[in-house]
Amino acid sequence: MKIVVLVKQVPDTETNIKVGDKSINEAGVKWIISPYDEFAIEEGIRIREKSGGEVIAISLGPDRVVEALRTAYAMGVDRAVHVKVDDYVTFDSTYTSELLANFIKAENADVIIGGRQSIDTDSSQVVVQIAERLNVPHVAMALKLEFDGNKVTATREIEGGTEVVETSAPLAVTAQKGLNEPRYPSLKGIMSAKKKPVDVKKPDELGATGSKLEVVSLEPPPPRIAGRKLEAADAQGFASQLVKALREEAKVI
Amino acid sequence: MADVLVVGELKNGELKKISKELTSAARKIADAIGGKVHTLIITDNVDAFAGDLKAVGADAVIGANLGEFSPEGYANGIFAVIQEKKPAVVLMPHSAQGKEYSARVAIKANAGIVADAVALSVDGGKVVAKKPIYSGKAYANFKVSSDIQMFTVRANSQEVTPKDGAGAVEKSGASVGEVRTKSLSKDLSGGNKVQLADASIIVSGGRGIKGPENWPIIQDLADTLGAALGASRATVDAGWISHSHQVGQTGKTVSPNCYIACGISGAIQHLAGMGSSKYIVAINKDGDAPIFKVATYGVVADLFEVVPALTSEFKKVLG
Ligand SMILES: Cc1cc2nc3c(=O)[nH]c(=O)nc-3n(C[C@H](O)[C@H](O)[C@H](O)COP(=O)(O)OP(=O)(O)OC[C@H]3O[C@@H](n4cnc5c(N)ncnc54)[C@H](O)[C@@H]3O)c2cc1C
Repeated sequence: MKIVVLVKQVPDTETNIKVGDKSINEAGVKWIISPYDEFAIEEGIRIREKSGGEVIAISLGPDRVVEALRTAYAMGVDRAVHVKVDDYVTFDSTYTSELLANFIKAENADVIIGGRQSIDTDSSQVVVQIAERLNVPHVAMALKLEFDGNKVTATREIEGGTEVVETSAPLAVTAQKGLNEPRYPSLKGIMSAKKKPVDVKKPDELGATGSKLEVVSLEPPPPRIAGRKLEAADAQGFASQLVKALREEAKVI
Repeated sequence: MADVLVVGELKNGELKKISKELTSAARKIADAIGGKVHTLIITDNVDAFAGDLKAVGADAVIGANLGEFSPEGYANGIFAVIQEKKPAVVLMPHSAQGKEYSARVAIKANAGIVADAVALSVDGGKVVAKKPIYSGKAYANFKVSSDIQMFTVRANSQEVTPKDGAGAVEKSGASVGEVRTKSLSKDLSGGNKVQLADASIIVSGGRGIKGPENWPIIQDLADTLGAALGASRATVDAGWISHSHQVGQTGKTVSPNCYIACGISGAIQHLAGMGSSKYIVAINKDGDAPIFKVATYGVVADLFEVVPALTSEFKKVLG
């Protein structure tokens, strides 16, 4: 099986975000692999361990994303591809999905796996957009995946519970927490990852039609309604004050 | 024409509030750009919902009978309606279902899309969508430059304002087309309770509840308020509750009107999921807990005393 895993590099959650005019100020930002994409990498490797084949990790972005690909190598992927876009607008899902889908199409991949969402933009768009572009089915929010030849049985999260679905490869999958426990890269893996080749692809080689999104502006989060600590002598006092505040002041209950 | 198409959502045969929120938002956009509002509901019984949607601005309420949810089938059906109505703007819910079909619909329609918008306005004839990014540490404003502008919109982010539309009822002949993923079975054992994603009130428990045997204290308050039950990751990782209740970066993103955090410290990953809640109540015995930085009302006290007192006080006033 040929498996493509999508690896997005995002700022670590704990990192301070400094807002610029149309993008963030990247100075001092610590970059990580988006947590759900780690489940995707792990699942790709597990499918290969069972069914054979190869796992290709692909990351789109400026030069720094090679670091994320090295981590994927250290976890155990077979090949790494860097779609090098220097003026990359991280929010632009249709442009991203077009570039990635064009690469994957040429590779004839059987399985494409990404995270259920990336934690910087929370859009949940790219993987399913790729499925649509490649004209293949998809399974979103996968909690369990089983292959029997081309037949795929999956358990996925839906609103209020889970669903078991059946479909077939080629397909795209989005990984939800619970699909697996991502392995830590071994020291040996980290050392050898440094020497492995990263294949670089440019947007014009992949023939995308371009962006459909305009970033108007970035801004700091809106100010919160000013908070206050309630004062009371006992639990009963807190309770009656809270009820009053929520019903008469906030009017939310 | 610069029409706006809304895709509404039902739950157990009833109209979800998001359907009205989006229709109301669409009315404002359509009035600004000069067009009509069409609200599409996936049902064979559209008449049942026409009145409610007309009252919040729908000029046409369209029913399409696409059967049980499948992301491909819904995407095919919704795209057929788009081809027929040729809207300039499409609003879809950023719900579990909406996230899935919207991605396919955007590609079919060759449209740009902004997902998880929390505010919509109009500038120079184009919609400007605002969305939180980087776990709510920044907000961004976007315009979509394709002919059709698509957006998925977060539940509870839009006001529902009464304003009559023409309210014509239409039945669409759109069909599901080819669907390559077959549903074998569903387990909805958690399904009858209020769902986190839509809830306008959420009561959440954290490690401060000490153990799974104490959930009833939190659940009682939630039930009294008709609220959904949330949880911090610490409680999920400890095996006290299922992951489907987890709020936060690796759980669900929620925007209720009121979020009551009981025994939750307010780690940045938790705030990432609930930081955009309108009103936040924090009950925590540590007055320095980070949750108090975002709390509208802070209660520095033992939750085992305050939460039951609060439940009985609410029971009194809510009858
Ligand atoms: C990659 C990553 C992703 C993560 N994703 C999430 C996520 O999605 N959601 C999430 O919640 N966390 C997430 N976390 C974990 C997060 O960092 C915190 O560890 C977690 O939120 C802490 O949960 P807590 O507030 O319940 O527990 P604690 O931090 O232990 O806080 C318990 C609080 O309860 C208070 N308390 C104790 N007893 C009482 C009492 N009797 N009465 C009142 N108050 C009391 C304490 O003062 C304390 O503030 C993530 C972490 C990482 C690294």
